[in-house]
Amino acid sequence: MEVIFDIFTGICFFIGSLSIIIGACGLIKLPDVFSRIHAAGMIDTGGTAFFILGMVFQTGWSLVTVKLILIGVFVFFTSPVTSHVTANLARQKDLVPVGKKIGKIL
Amino acid sequence: MKSLILFLILLCLWLLISGYYNFLLIGLGIISCAFCVYVAKRGKLIDDEGLPLFFMPRLLNYLIWLFKEILMSNLATAKVIINGKVEPETFTVKASQVTDVAKVTYANSITLTPGTVTTKMHKDVFEVHALNADFGNDVRTNKMDKKVTWLEGKK
Amino acid sequence: MFLAGLIACAITGILILVRIILGETTFDRVLAVNSLGTVIVIGISLHGFYSNRPEFLDIAIVYALINFIGTVAVLKLFSTGSLGRDK
Repeated sequence: MEVIFDIFTGICFFIGSLSIIIGACGLIKLPDVFSRIHAAGMIDTGGTAFFILGMVFQTGWSLVTVKLILIGVFVFFTSPVTSHVTANLARQKDLVPVGKKIGKIL
Repeated sequence: MKSLILFLILLCLWLLISGYYNFLLIGLGIISCAFCVYVAKRGKLIDDEGLPLFFMPRLLNYLIWLFKEILMSNLATAKVIINGKVEPETFTVKASQVTDVAKVTYANSITLTPGTVTTKMHKDVFEVHALNADFGNDVRTNKMDKKVTWLEGKK
Repeated sequence: MFLAGLIACAITGILILVRIILGETTFDRVLAVNSLGTVIVIGISLHGFYSNRPEFLDIAIVYALINFIGTVAVLKLFSTGSLGRDK
């Protein structure tokens, strides 16, 4: 049983590591602020979700699991707020995103 | 009524994080939770917006759907970053929710799925920035909008 | 296994530092610092498991909250020039 959980943890950590490294590459590679927010969102959602899932497989049911899930909930609640505040402020300072605009934008 | 529910939630949080169950620490927890509820009440924070209880019956279903959506768009974003073909686009969508909490939930759900970000909102019009035409079409088909309206349950 | 996760976090941190150094606008830097905070939260929890001391998770919770508050405070300071109403 232990071995199965170890394998699950390994798979989750692998996907999570891949997710955060691809996110960081996107943070370097993409052209402007608005595109980079997507890469940062990938680090915030994919990375934390898979790493926390992997650690939950290791602990089983205890108070530690609850703390891990709390970290996940905090990150998932605060990540979109920071993204939106950054994007909104960048728009207020008259930065216009590259790429095409469909229809009339605000 | 809502103050009591908030108090119970805070007390559960204290008991889960603390891990020590003796008389002194639980007493201190009750005092600090009561103080937090007093501060929230004095700041008039306890209303439908601060504690949206009408979400609760359908919340679990929505969260499972949202996690599936986040997983799919994570994969798509990773593909776009590796390929390096980005064609960002900006457009506006209309939200059909009634209450402010549901609108914020909708905007946050759009932002939480990688690939789409809400950059501005004015009344019920959101300006959305998408990484690719596929992500843009996902938002423009209003699938998530309908789901959040269903979660709100006011219509 | 936990060591591999820690190494991945370290590589990610270095890549994000490159963006912080290059960043053209302030928003790039704030965004990158926020992402670095998230990676550090993951790193703290992983290190707690790696050294068999899960008490580190409390620090990770506090770090996640302070990270959020700090980012929003810096952005507010940047947008309005003050952190509250002037009397």
